[in-house]
Amino acid sequence: MKFSRFTWRIIGLIVLLGFTAFFFVPVIWVLLATTKTDTQLTSAGPFAFGAFSHVAAAWRALFGFQSDAMLEWLKNSAIYSFGGVAIAIVAAVPAGYGLALTQFIGRRTLLVITLITMIMPATALVLPLFLEMNVVSLTDTAWSVILPFSFFPFGVYLCYIFFSSTIPKDLLAAARVDGCNEWGVFRYIALPLARPVVALVAFFAFVADWNNYYLPFVMLSDNSKLPVQVGLEYLISSTEAFNPGNPGAGSELVKRPELALAILVAIAPVAIVFLFAQRTLVKGMLAGATKE
Amino acid sequence: MTPSPVATVPDERTSARRGGRTGGDAPIGTSRTSGYVFVGLYVVLLLLFGIAPTAYAIYLALTKVGGGFAWGSNFARAYDDFRFLPAFEHVGEYLAIWMIAEATLILVLALMLHSLARRTSAAFRFLFYMPGALAGAASVLVWLFMLDPTLSPWHLLLSGMGFSQIDLVLLPTHLPFIFAIMAFWTGAGGWIVVMYGALNNIPDELLEAARLDGANAFQSALRIKLPLIKKWVVYMLILSFAGGTQLFVEPQLVGQATAGLVSNTWSPNQLAYYIAFINDNFNEAAAISVSLLVLGLAGAALLVWRTKLFEIS
Repeated sequence: MKFSRFTWRIIGLIVLLGFTAFFFVPVIWVLLATTKTDTQLTSAGPFAFGAFSHVAAAWRALFGFQSDAMLEWLKNSAIYSFGGVAIAIVAAVPAGYGLALTQFIGRRTLLVITLITMIMPATALVLPLFLEMNVVSLTDTAWSVILPFSFFPFGVYLCYIFFSSTIPKDLLAAARVDGCNEWGVFRYIALPLARPVVALVAFFAFVADWNNYYLPFVMLSDNSKLPVQVGLEYLISSTEAFNPGNPGAGSELVKRPELALAILVAIAPVAIVFLFAQRTLVKGMLAGATKE
Repeated sequence: MTPSPVATVPDERTSARRGGRTGGDAPIGTSRTSGYVFVGLYVVLLLLFGIAPTAYAIYLALTKVGGGFAWGSNFARAYDDFRFLPAFEHVGEYLAIWMIAEATLILVLALMLHSLARRTSAAFRFLFYMPGALAGAASVLVWLFMLDPTLSPWHLLLSGMGFSQIDLVLLPTHLPFIFAIMAFWTGAGGWIVVMYGALNNIPDELLEAARLDGANAFQSALRIKLPLIKKWVVYMLILSFAGGTQLFVEPQLVGQATAGLVSNTWSPNQLAYYIAFINDNFNEAAAISVSLLVLGLAGAALLVWRTKLFEIS
């Protein structure tokens, strides 16, 4: 069977549109689901639009759930993520600089360990981390989540690549000749130039931290301390449609449009970062491709 | 879920073209001690939250609950557990499906996008990439809706396959497939961007030469483009393997939503969690953690030393 060029183009187009539907229909469905009532979800057809008043109602119900639990979870997520990202950057930027532009015994070993820990899934260490935190009585505190988040070897590697490939060595040498000490060279020459990589590390660390489920799930037992990702599980368990005949006795019930809204609220920060960072990311990638 | 694949874009691109060029040539005059100061905080974090838990897990796995050396008995007990083998089988099935989808669909899509005009392909890449923002618990929730024939936009497809209600869709034997779909939905877009980037790195002259020699689009894709991006494919597969063995949130949430239809020890990580917190046996749980760690380590070591993807000069 031999197809003409034209036929191939049509087949290609159909395949691409098919995958576009696969990737995007769920997103559209979730957006539309927030405009419907629970009954309309099953009766009105998947792509029907309900009413904006339903969004408002779902919003009130979601944020009213167990006296502002959702707001509490979002706040927790923000504290854990920003805390983790902040320490990760403070540690990673100088470390990447040190690995790239200074010499010390053990530098290569540190680099290899960084690579290995970066590739290894962090999940495998969660149970031992819990025991470690337990020894120092930090479980069920914000630190038990923030501190493991702040260890971000991938950020160190990004900084290492950045400093070893984009900072002209002559520039640093010139600063030394002018009497800058090592810290000054880093502080006044390298750091101001490193802004793009700081943004990159912040982006990846934030997305990883915000979406992390297993670590806070294990570390935290107090409901009011959960991040929103784990809070979503709590919402599922309170959703009548998913637990027919077995909703937690006496607990407030969640309807499915509220759950759909909860998804959107929970991922909003990451989605916003995705939208804004798109340009930065592409720029960073192109920078890597054009220099040399 | 697997570590964010997008996370690899920048370093891949740069490390690819700068292999072995940097490092080792620090400017004269840098003192050794300054290096330690720069890496200091990171090393402390690495020791506390990377090395220490690893060492602790190994120690626990090798000792008895009350203390004393246990040799391999924790491992033996974990491996003998009737839930152990099924948990690894589940994850194995999931990985097989997901990795085959990666090695075929993602490559085909990346190659197709690469043949489009830049602007068009950018739009598609963005559309494919965006669900990545819904990784983790959110994606599971979305797919719980998508797989419910009573409200899904795919209800025709689902009912065509004979599924009239969600309980029939979420049968235990279907789960590896379903988790692979979730992984594909959130993860494929990022990898497509990576592969697209790798394809863009191929010099135009090379493709032009192939064209002049009479290669058609398929031949140049198969004989030129694919061999040149092979190492990124290996990279993607190894990362997915290491991450996929850690499956937790997907079976956990689906179990929650189906009220016990899915075992709460479906994946090895769930089993480790169960043994640790429900059976209160951290030593045996550590044996499972260490086993998972070894799988992840093997993948990592393979990547670092065999594929030469990273510069460690």
